[in-house]
Amino acid sequence: MDAHASAGHAELEIPYNVHPRPDTGLYNGKLGVWLFLASEVMLFGALFSSLILLRTGAESWPRGYEFLNVKLATFNTFILILSSVTVVMAWSHLRLGDLKKGRIYISATVLCALIFLTAKAFEYSHEFQEGRFPKTNNFLAIYFTMTGLHGLHILGGVIVFLYFLGPGAKMWAKEPERYTNRIEIVGLYWHFVDLVWIFLFPILYLM
Amino acid sequence: MALRRQIRVGSQWMYADEAHKALREALRVMEDEKAAEGHGGHHQSFIRRYVFSTDHKWIGIQYGFTALLFLLLGFCLMILMRLQLGWPGQAFSIMKVLGESRAPGGVLLPEAYNQLGAMHGTIMIFLGIVPLAVGAFGNYLVPLQIGAPDMAFPKLNMASYWCYFPGGLIMLASFLAPGGTAQSGWTSYPPLSVIASQGQTWWLIGMVFLITSSLLGSVNFIVTIIQLRAKGLTYMRFPFFVHAQFVTSFLLLLAFPPLEAAAVLQLMDRIAGTSFFLPSGLVVSGQALANAGGGNPLLWQHLFWFLAHPEVYVLILPAMGIVAEIIANNTRKPLWGYKSMVFATVFLGFMSFVVWAHHMFLTGMGTTISAFFQTTTMIISIPSVIILSSLFISLWGGSIRFNTPMLFALAFLPMFGIGGLTGLPLGLAASDIHLHDTYYVIGHFHYVVAPGTIFAMFAGIYYWFPKATGRKLNDFWGKVHFWVSFVCINGIFFPMFAQGLAGVSRRLYDGGMQYAHAKEIASQTNPFMSICAIGLLAAQVPFILNFFYNAIAAAMGRRDEGLGSNPWQATTMEWTATTSPPLAHGNFEVLPMVYRGPYEYSVPGETAEYIPQNMPLAEPAPRGGSLLPATAVAMREN
Repeated sequence: MDAHASAGHAELEIPYNVHPRPDTGLYNGKLGVWLFLASEVMLFGALFSSLILLRTGAESWPRGYEFLNVKLATFNTFILILSSVTVVMAWSHLRLGDLKKGRIYISATVLCALIFLTAKAFEYSHEFQEGRFPKTNNFLAIYFTMTGLHGLHILGGVIVFLYFLGPGAKMWAKEPERYTNRIEIVGLYWHFVDLVWIFLFPILYLM
Repeated sequence: MALRRQIRVGSQWMYADEAHKALREALRVMEDEKAAEGHGGHHQSFIRRYVFSTDHKWIGIQYGFTALLFLLLGFCLMILMRLQLGWPGQAFSIMKVLGESRAPGGVLLPEAYNQLGAMHGTIMIFLGIVPLAVGAFGNYLVPLQIGAPDMAFPKLNMASYWCYFPGGLIMLASFLAPGGTAQSGWTSYPPLSVIASQGQTWWLIGMVFLITSSLLGSVNFIVTIIQLRAKGLTYMRFPFFVHAQFVTSFLLLLAFPPLEAAAVLQLMDRIAGTSFFLPSGLVVSGQALANAGGGNPLLWQHLFWFLAHPEVYVLILPAMGIVAEIIANNTRKPLWGYKSMVFATVFLGFMSFVVWAHHMFLTGMGTTISAFFQTTTMIISIPSVIILSSLFISLWGGSIRFNTPMLFALAFLPMFGIGGLTGLPLGLAASDIHLHDTYYVIGHFHYVVAPGTIFAMFAGIYYWFPKATGRKLNDFWGKVHFWVSFVCINGIFFPMFAQGLAGVSRRLYDGGMQYAHAKEIASQTNPFMSICAIGLLAAQVPFILNFFYNAIAAAMGRRDEGLGSNPWQATTMEWTATTSPPLAHGNFEVLPMVYRGPYEYSVPGETAEYIPQNMPLAEPAPRGGSLLPATAVAMREN
């Protein structure tokens, strides 16, 4: 801790940054990410509500399964669930003090995310080729908006994971516990992004 | 205090308060020496210290300065509008600042009036009051009041300010966009906003920045309050201001994301050509719109008001917190009904999420929904009344000190009362039919926000200025500021109720002169209201001079030496556990402990007139007398 404090003297020792506060049982970052996820629930909740309102008010509503690539989306669903498993594996290996295995699993998570994004890119370009754009109708508008926003969340997760694989991993040498906490936090976020897709997939592709 | 605590320093016994003073002095000497060295342990570059600072106190000051400038700007926009309303169609040379395209020859054009209206609302609410109430007061005071060394995430705190500031710049820059800035009101109702000129896109992008800023801020506040409160500081020992900020943060956290979603959808409508908010068969300027249609303009209103109603409480709750602190301090009494105020605040926060559609009674959404929302609206008035009544009753039997902050705080009570009570006829679906979209509505919410919230902000500035600078603002000029503002602001807003009841619609470029039913009252009242607005502007001059004179003097190191750390004899920890201004780094020499409730003023049976929250409970008096000589106490503790 001392080495860290002198390395950046602008840094101030904030209580409960790493270890949980006894009466709340949480360290600061974990509470922070749960609150952030609460706001994300409200963001996607508003979009899902908009979808419901538009669909119930529409005279006719296109069915996603008639023209979207359901097989590819099913594959993507499994890929995302798999990535949620790998991120937990990464965290549990870090808890056990094994940085090497932890990094392998983080890399696996990133790989899953990239596969997901690639598949999504194929889907998008196929829709564009068929002349289906956001402005074509309201189903496609909400489809592109929601999957696009979800894709941005995936991309954000990838950037954070890559940071923790690269420059962020230096923290492990001095503060392994703090590093492990950070993976736990980004893991919580990752599960949330996964969960959003679990809702998006049936609503947009199957219903 | 009946007993002075002693501690051992080295081999010597000292009184605890004297030891504390000596330690403080020693730390200050060390800091001065380090500063003189120029590269001491805490030395930071100018940019890290004053621009990209992570210190909550400096970020609070950054927020405060920026927000006050935006408030002044929003006020100036309103002065231009009032000139037009008071004397419609007349040329004013001051209008020429808007440029030839908006005010040719100094005569304001209708579309420019719309731009001023939209930006007045946006700037006042999103760039002025919320950043001042939460970003400035919350940031500066919450960590000090709960005994925390800083916010839980100092870097996020910095990022929050640096999202707010560019958001504000984008809003300002939108004035330069072709076709001018946003002109669809601060509510940006579609379809008008979707087909509006480019300035609306800038507005939406600016909003995304502001939403991100308040999201980062609110997470930080909640974590700070839950995790970093001092030992012994239980929830029911919070100063009321902390409770107000706590609930406000939850509102910001949960209400803003739906607006972010709505902003994304409107951006898609404007940029990608979707039709989320555009119904089928829309005809604009005689031409059918090419969009696919099938969208729903009401969807925007639902999403917008889902944010904007809790937003009203974001505007008012911190103000109530500030007023409560000042009233307890200046009546020298605990707040009456503190617990019921706290629970009322929490209930208010919860209920604020289920009243939004009372803004939409006349949209044709149906009487069943209207009945639901008018019921919840009547329910939410109860906690507001509880808080306001408690504050009124707190005055009972107090020996009130009528200093400038107290005058502003006292004025808040009836002003917010008028604002709140005139809201009831708007919350009932039947009476709203007559009053909707008239000047009555403008009078109502300006009473809540202007002589309500902004007066509370002034009260807070006068009250906590010594905390941030070590200097008091001049009391005489403060009182001049108060009385002139108080008279003028009522002169602006009270006639609006009469106008609204007479049926004068809001947002009219000529203030209603073109309508036979409105012409008489508009011509009678509008010039008077505009003169009052100019008087209100003039009343701010003594404040601005007072503020900058003392701020600059403090920045040059001229402190008011006789002032001490606790000039108002307050009990809460921002005054009692640290110096004024507090240590740049970490706020407290030693993190304080809390032993008592927040407002122990005039406690029966105590000799001290007030007891700080961090003052340990007196030990039971030793046998043989309540006051022993210091040596005897030392021996006993030995």
